[in-house]
Amino acid sequence: MLRTEEMLLNVGPQHPSTHGVFRLVLKIDGEIIKEAKPVIGYLHRGTEKLAEDLQYTQIIPYTDRMDYVSAMTNNYVLCHAVETMMDIKVPERAEYLRVIAMELGRVASHLVWWGTYLLDLGATSPLLYAFREREMIINLLNELSGARLTFNYMRVGGVKWDAPEGWIEKVAEFIPYMREQLKGYHTLVTGNEIFLNRVKGIGKYTKEEAINFSLSGANLRCTGVKWDLRKNEPYSIYDRFDFDVPVQDGGDAWARYQVRLAEIEESLKILEQACEQFPAEGDILAKVPKIIKAPKGEAFVRIESPRGEIGCYIASDGKKEPYRLKFRRPSFYNLQILPKLLEGESIANLISILGAVDIILGEVDG
Amino acid sequence: MVEELLHSQAGIFNFGVFFLLAVVLLLVVLGFVTYAILAERKVMGFMQLRQGPNQVGGRWGLLQTVADVLKLLVKEDTIPKLADKPLFIIAPVIGFAPAFMVMATIPFTDKLQFADLSVGLLYYIAISGLTTIGMVTGGWASNNKYALLGGMRAAAQMISYEIPLVMSVLGIILLTGSLNLNEIVAAQENVWFILLQPVAFIVFLIASVAELNRIPFDLPESENELVAGFTTEYSGFRWAMFMLAEYVYMFAMASLTTVLFLGGWLPLFSFLDFIPGAVWFALKFTVVIFLLIWFRSTFPRIRADQLMEFGWKVLLPVALANIFLTAIIKEVMNLF
Repeated sequence: MLRTEEMLLNVGPQHPSTHGVFRLVLKIDGEIIKEAKPVIGYLHRGTEKLAEDLQYTQIIPYTDRMDYVSAMTNNYVLCHAVETMMDIKVPERAEYLRVIAMELGRVASHLVWWGTYLLDLGATSPLLYAFREREMIINLLNELSGARLTFNYMRVGGVKWDAPEGWIEKVAEFIPYMREQLKGYHTLVTGNEIFLNRVKGIGKYTKEEAINFSLSGANLRCTGVKWDLRKNEPYSIYDRFDFDVPVQDGGDAWARYQVRLAEIEESLKILEQACEQFPAEGDILAKVPKIIKAPKGEAFVRIESPRGEIGCYIASDGKKEPYRLKFRRPSFYNLQILPKLLEGESIANLISILGAVDIILGEVDG
Repeated sequence: MVEELLHSQAGIFNFGVFFLLAVVLLLVVLGFVTYAILAERKVMGFMQLRQGPNQVGGRWGLLQTVADVLKLLVKEDTIPKLADKPLFIIAPVIGFAPAFMVMATIPFTDKLQFADLSVGLLYYIAISGLTTIGMVTGGWASNNKYALLGGMRAAAQMISYEIPLVMSVLGIILLTGSLNLNEIVAAQENVWFILLQPVAFIVFLIASVAELNRIPFDLPESENELVAGFTTEYSGFRWAMFMLAEYVYMFAMASLTTVLFLGGWLPLFSFLDFIPGAVWFALKFTVVIFLLIWFRSTFPRIRADQLMEFGWKVLLPVALANIFLTAIIKEVMNLF
C-alpha cells in the first residue's frame, strides 16, 4: 500500500468557474474532497453601511450592484419597502412597467445562468446562444432605462422613465422568439447523454435539508416545495397573472436545471399577459414628497428574485436616511449548504454543484 | 525514392537529403497547424454565432495564428521558482517530439510516405503513447497542485483509452493480415473498412478523441475545473509546444483515421480515379478534422471517473467482441 497524503487546494478567488471572487479551501485526497471551506467577502462593498448615510433615492443605484445580473428585482425590493412604510399607492402603469422589467430581468438572469453553467461543464456554445437572447433583453431594458446592466430604473412611488413609443410591442415580439429559442436550447443540451451524466444525482439534498438551510428560489423548488412569493404572497400586481410555479422533486442539479428552464417559460407567460393588459395611459410616478422621509418604525418586505427570496428590512427614525438597512440576499443563504454538499465529491462535481446553486458574488458579499 | 535512400551508403549527402525532407515535412505540418487553428476558430465561430478571426491578414484572418505564435515567441520566459527546472524545460519537448515522429509513417499517397515500416501501425501507437509522459512530467515539474492533478488525469486517461484504441484496430489487422499502413490502404480497394468494421470505427473515433485530449475528453486541461491543468504554469513558447503537439496529433490522428477506415488516397468510386490521390486524402482528412471541431463546439465535458468507466466497461468489451466476431466471420468466409 502506497502512503498517500491529503492535499490542501485553494480554489479561487481567481478561478475560471467560481463566478467571480469566490474562494474555496479544499482538503482533497486525490480528486475526492474531504472538506470544503468557503471563504467570502472579496467583493464586500458595505452597501448596508453606506446606505445609512444616503437618502432613499440615492440608495437605489447601490442595489443595482448587489445582484448585478438581475438588478431590477433589487431596485424593486428597496422601493417596495419604502413604499410599504410610507403607504404609497403606486400607479397602475408604473406597476406594469415594473413587472415587465422584472420579468425580463428574470429571463435574462436565467439565461446567464444557463450559459455559464454549461460553460462550467465544458460546453462552449450554449453561452453564446444564451447571450444572443440576453442581448436582446438588455437592449430592451436599455431603451427603457438608459442603462444595460445597472438600471437605476425604479423610484419610490413608481419608475423613472415611461416606456418609449412602440416598446411594449417590441417586448411582445420578443416573447414568441424566445419560446422558439428555448426549444433549440433543449435540443442542444437537455437530452445530451454527457450532460445528463454530469447533473443527475449531483448535489442532492432533501426537502427538509433545503428548508433547514433556508434555501429559496430554484434551489428550494427543486426538492418539491411549491413556494414562490409571486404566488404565495403576491406583491405588486402578480395576482393578476395566470402562471405556474415549476417544481421538481429530484433535489439534484438536474432538477434545478429543469426548474430554471421552466421558469423562463412561466416568465414569458407573465410578460405576455402584462403586455396585453398594459394600460394605454396613466402616471408612472405617484405623488411623493420631494424629500422622502420614511416614518418612524420598521418594515420588512420580501419578493421573489431569480435566485430566491430577496428581502429588505428598513429601520427608520423618521429622517431622510434609513437608521439601518438590511438585505436578505438569497445567494448568500443558498451558498450555506455548499460545504455539506461537497463532502466526498470530486473536483469535477464541485464545479457542477457550485454552478447549479447559481450564486452572484456581488449579492453574496453585499 | 526513400526506399533507395534507406538502403544506400551513409554519407553527408544522404544525411542532407533526409534532413531536408524532415524540414519539409515539419514545414508542412506547421503550415497545417497554423491553418487548422484558424479553421477551428472559424468553424467554431460559425457554429457559435461569431465571426472568428477577421482582422489580421485580411477579412479571413489568414495571419492571425502567425501573429499569435509570434506573440508567444517574444513572451517572457518564466519558470516558477520552486519548479523542477530541468524537467520543466524538457517536458514540452517530450510532449512534442513523438507527435512529429509518428508523422513519418503516414502514407499520404501511394508514393508520398517518409518511412514505409512493415509495422507502421504498431509504431504509431507505441510512439504516440509517449506524449503522455511529457504531460505527466510537465504536471509534476510545475510544482502546482492544479498541474499535478492535470498530469495524473492525463496518465489515467492514457491507460484507459490506449487499450481500446489498439483493440479496435486489431479487427483491421485481422482482415488485412498486415501492420503496414500501405497494405492496409491497398486492402480497401473494393470496400472501405468503415463499412466492414463499423463498430471498430466508432470505438476508434471515441478513443482517438480521448487520445487527442479534446472536448468531451479534455480532462487533463479542463479549463473550468483545473484552471489549465498540466499547462497551468507554462507560458510563452513552452506552452506553445504543448499546444503544437496537440494539433500535430490532431493532424496525425485524422490521417490515421483516413488511412485505416476511409481508404486513404483511394477514390470514392473507381471511375473518379483521374483525381489525384493526394486530393482524395485531403478531402477525407478534412471531413475527419471537421468532425473533431464539431464535437468540440457541441459537447460538454465528461467527468474523470465516468471516462474511466466508459473506457474499461464499454469500449474495451465492445472492441474485444469486435475482434472475436471479425475472426469468426473471416474463418467462416474462408470455408466457402
